[in-house]
Amino acid sequence: MKIHEYQAKEIFLKYKIPVPPGEVATTPEQVKEIAQRIGKPVMIKSQVHVGGRGKAGGIKPAQNPDEAYQKAENILGMDIKGLKVKKVLVTECKDIASEAYIGVIVDRKTKKSVIMVSAAGGIDIEEVARTTPEKIFKMEVDPLLGLQVYQARDLAYKLYSDSKTANQTIPVIMRLYQAFWENDCSLAEINPFITTPQGEVWAIDAKINIDDNGLERHPEIEELRDSDAEEPGENDARQQGLSFVKLDGNIGCVVNGAGLAMATMDLVKHFGAEPANFLDIGGSSNPEKVVTAMRIITRDPNVKAILFNIFGGITRCDDVANGIVAALKEFKPKVPIVVRLTGTNEDKARDILKEVGLSVTSSMEDVVKKAIEKSRVTQLQIFEK
Amino acid sequence: MAILVDNNSKVIVQGITGGAGRFHTERMLQYGTKIVAGTSPGKGGEKVFDVPVYDTVEECVKNHQADTSIIFLPARFVMEACVEAIYAGIKFVVVIPEHIPIFDMMQIRKEALKHNALVIGGNTAGIITPGEVNLGIMPDIAFSPGRVGTVSRSGSLTYYVADTLTRTGYGETTCVGLGGDPVLGTTFDEILWLFEKDEKTKAVVLVGEIGGVYEEKAKDTISKMKKPVIAMVGGLYAPQGKRMGHAGAIVEGEMGTAQSKLKALEQGGAHIAKTFLDIPEILKKLGI
Repeated sequence: MKIHEYQAKEIFLKYKIPVPPGEVATTPEQVKEIAQRIGKPVMIKSQVHVGGRGKAGGIKPAQNPDEAYQKAENILGMDIKGLKVKKVLVTECKDIASEAYIGVIVDRKTKKSVIMVSAAGGIDIEEVARTTPEKIFKMEVDPLLGLQVYQARDLAYKLYSDSKTANQTIPVIMRLYQAFWENDCSLAEINPFITTPQGEVWAIDAKINIDDNGLERHPEIEELRDSDAEEPGENDARQQGLSFVKLDGNIGCVVNGAGLAMATMDLVKHFGAEPANFLDIGGSSNPEKVVTAMRIITRDPNVKAILFNIFGGITRCDDVANGIVAALKEFKPKVPIVVRLTGTNEDKARDILKEVGLSVTSSMEDVVKKAIEKSRVTQLQIFEK
Repeated sequence: MAILVDNNSKVIVQGITGGAGRFHTERMLQYGTKIVAGTSPGKGGEKVFDVPVYDTVEECVKNHQADTSIIFLPARFVMEACVEAIYAGIKFVVVIPEHIPIFDMMQIRKEALKHNALVIGGNTAGIITPGEVNLGIMPDIAFSPGRVGTVSRSGSLTYYVADTLTRTGYGETTCVGLGGDPVLGTTFDEILWLFEKDEKTKAVVLVGEIGGVYEEKAKDTISKMKKPVIAMVGGLYAPQGKRMGHAGAIVEGEMGTAQSKLKALEQGGAHIAKTFLDIPEILKKLGI
């Protein structure tokens, strides 16, 4: 789960990581008031879950409260990569002498947390990794021991040769790791981490992603979820215990098992069409889940055919068939439905579906081809109307 | 012969009195899996399908010489259960539950390495040696004893591949589900090497998916193996930054794409299957 910069900075403050004073606003009037309170030049920063806010014009400096008002009028409500800006963070401007990067990530390769620092801060770290990987220093952290001070010291001196700045940076690295570990983060990043001409250090930006599987331990973080920033179908599916990802094509897919769902998408593409979604109804055979799946899929006007791909094991095919029948009654979908199911109680399922006029295929390749063919017919009918 | 589990494995079920534990214990017993005991703190002395229940793993090891464990517990109890098993001397642990926090898995993996134990999962459908042991939640009907080993991050694709091998007469030696999480107890290279040393296994089918670098890491192992490896990767067309069902199935930046995995696997010498139907075709061409 992603959280906003201002929320990440609130977490940083709890861990005594130096963050410039700032407040969140939703109207230009509020922005002006905050700028007055700060009494110095400010930055107005859009709060949306997307990178490259600065380049898109979503981050602007203002010298005084009146200018802050004007800039906020432009930023609030603007569209950044498809997301509408509803909130801005107004924060004190700092003079910058140098910019660095400090981040902690879960490294899947080493199966450890890894701290990365680079003196090339202020730009996308993936860009640095691509163009000048020698400018990034990495340190693995033992999950049982945690980060040791000598490791943080080593990294701080990689960034700064003067010991005054390095000594200010060591506790920041230690606390960033502590915040990362104690909050079940998958990423905690300061970019840029700056020094001022007066020799202070500040975390100018903050980014934190949380491991979804760790959220159960942190109800206070779950509350920070911004459901406006998520696709409505995906939100709905999550609440029902389904995995759903919206895509742009027109073949709606309902599959049991994440791997099989991905393979089904690949096969739709392989035969020259586009899937409308990824949807895993999971291992249980609760007919309710099938109904929810149908509700989410039939809401998408792009869908021209619905494809079921079920491998019955613990999931019983007849339960899925009953779910399909219930969903047909509830939604009366106007697009054709094709079904492939094999495995436990396959024969019963065939009988149930025959009664509502649906035939069943046992080959995955065949059912995908059939779905594509039918979707093209639907497309044609709409065109003729 | 098989890898990791066979009909000599003495299995315990941690969480045997819960709904999932009970349901799958019955299925596993019916398959012939030797379940010698189960644990459920506070319920020691009870029985589940004639299997004795204990409060601790230590008692299971002492009274029944258990060497293998399978965990059916809510995600938040998994780390403790896993560490308990490892410290009691269990050498192979199968972690079925989904939604285990990443940091817990990192600590489990480290403890396992320290004690020379092997953990598979989390979020795995388990491991099966057809005709001998079914340790997990995989449906029996897809599997039959044979000569090809399989290893996959996905449960549903394990069934699908096994079903394909069963229908075409190849059958399977052992099928291993690594699990769908970002940090796993065991990864491809470790399992591939066990298959390489297993006499009965003639070829290995590896099914990868988007996310992480475990397929890329398998490249070197594949290039050192004498046995052929047939590889498939799911999620060729998955959009960037979206989690495809499994917590670990996500393309992050340039890392974790199906294309990069297929390239690495091919460089390692694996035979690439584009669809499931290609798998028996390739095996036939290889004369297996």
